[in-house]
Amino acid sequence: MRTPALLPLAALATLLSACGSESDPVRYGPNPTLPEQQRGLLPSMKIASPAGWGDLRPTVPEGYSITAIATDLKIPRQTIVLPNGDILVAEGRGGGAPKLTPKDIVAGPLKAKGNTAVESGNRLTLLRDANGDGTYELRTVFAENLNAPYGLALVDGRLYVANQDALVRFDYRDGQTRASGPPVTVTPLPSAINHHWTKALAASPDGRFLYVGIGSNSNITERGMAAEADRAVIWQIDAATGAHKTFATGLRNPTALAVQPGSGQLWAVVNERDELGPNLVPDYLTSIREGGFYGWPYSYWGKNVDPRVRPQDPQKVAAAIVPDYSLGSHVASLGLAFSMPAMGARFADGVFVGEHGSWNRIPPSGYRVIFVPFRGGRPAGDPIDFVSGFRGEDGNTRGRPVGVTVDPRGALIVADDLSNTIWRIAPTRAAS
Amino acid sequence: MNDSIQPVGGGGIHPVHAFLLAASVPLFLGGLFSDLAYSSSYEIQWTNFASWLIAGALVFAGLALAWAFIDLLRADRAWRGRPLVYFFLLLAAWILGFVNALVHAKDAWAKMPEALILSLIVSLLILGAAWLGFATLRRGDAR
Repeated sequence: MRTPALLPLAALATLLSACGSESDPVRYGPNPTLPEQQRGLLPSMKIASPAGWGDLRPTVPEGYSITAIATDLKIPRQTIVLPNGDILVAEGRGGGAPKLTPKDIVAGPLKAKGNTAVESGNRLTLLRDANGDGTYELRTVFAENLNAPYGLALVDGRLYVANQDALVRFDYRDGQTRASGPPVTVTPLPSAINHHWTKALAASPDGRFLYVGIGSNSNITERGMAAEADRAVIWQIDAATGAHKTFATGLRNPTALAVQPGSGQLWAVVNERDELGPNLVPDYLTSIREGGFYGWPYSYWGKNVDPRVRPQDPQKVAAAIVPDYSLGSHVASLGLAFSMPAMGARFADGVFVGEHGSWNRIPPSGYRVIFVPFRGGRPAGDPIDFVSGFRGEDGNTRGRPVGVTVDPRGALIVADDLSNTIWRIAPTRAAS
Repeated sequence: MNDSIQPVGGGGIHPVHAFLLAASVPLFLGGLFSDLAYSSSYEIQWTNFASWLIAGALVFAGLALAWAFIDLLRADRAWRGRPLVYFFLLLAAWILGFVNALVHAKDAWAKMPEALILSLIVSLLILGAAWLGFATLRRGDAR
């Protein structure tokens, strides 16, 4: 506390907010500890306090180096590495859900302090490293006037972009640095209100289908049940016709999708609900079963009923699937990518997950990129920090990771939407 | 400061004070009825209404409270009797009303049943405060 005058206020805030004791609960893996639900008179809040990087850099494991390959972007979110090694960056911020209650008006500006003040780019930026030395000397706008583009996928010469309101498509030839024309709309996507606006995207291995993650329109139905039609779901979209079917439901905010190499299995990272305590509800990484229901809004982590939802639905709760792997509560995972042997032996088999970081947890969680090791095609073992130091020991936050992409040449590309930077992490020695 | 600016007869609350007090009553009551509607229908718009009605009530009741406090400070024999009870009823209504506003900021059904119970208590308190406030005005015995 800066001044003694604030002390009583701080004491009151501690009293009012749900004060969680850190009694070493299991936070990661298939069986996280699920404590009692708790919520004080005020929700626990710890908003990131942004600061510049200066000479500091995020921390990476021994034997790896990190460089900023592009800065001063306009809210980079997700990236894709094209066959020729070029990187496309989707930039922008969507949302803008109307403020319905006094709470929205008070909490909105508070939470916004933890994010960049830069205007939404609504564009795709192309980065090129022609000679493979790790310096991306070319930077150019590939396409603009998009609407909060987020998910990216390339299938057979077609570049798919998931805007916040529609799935669109560009034709793409290798080496192209500028879209040859405006995009073609494949299908509109649910976009009314758009509380959770990010539209994650992945393509099936044969390229026939596109999967789009569509987040809920509320934390926990506080905008009414009617607002949740076609929300908290993953759509399967026929790439040729644009026809869609609902592939899986009950996924509060599926912010990143990835198809597992080899098996072709669809995986997702999902952000779970807030305001139930510091260690509820775990965000998770899970394989997605076709037709599966994952709980939201009626229950979490399988059949744990959320009493905040009315009317309740015991039948849905009974059908809820337990996710595969807990990433910890409130970490806000927004990026997911399967690794490759080119990333080095320690990080060859598993997934990278970009964690944007919490607001509803004291102490904060997330603010890092983790590696979840896999064995036999399933998560096995605790996550390992791969990129950290986004939240400094001084309490300031210098970056917030979003999308992660593995470059087959042996590098992880991380989009940071607070410092508006693209980071590249690569082994310093040739991968052994 | 100067007794000559007091209204003739001296007692009673100022018309603007009366307006502020009166305005908070239907707003708190509206919050209560909206809570009842939400608790029986699960229709989320009712609880949105309740949140705004309570916020509005807190503005008017807060100003009335400030006025009542200043009246207490200015009156020579005020720290006893009816004006004091009026002030403390209004203070209790405002504090519990504020707690109620925070409870209403909980998402969806998380606010129930506390929101409904608090709305009921606050409505009774504001009715009591308004009764005493206007009884003072009518009988002119504030001093």
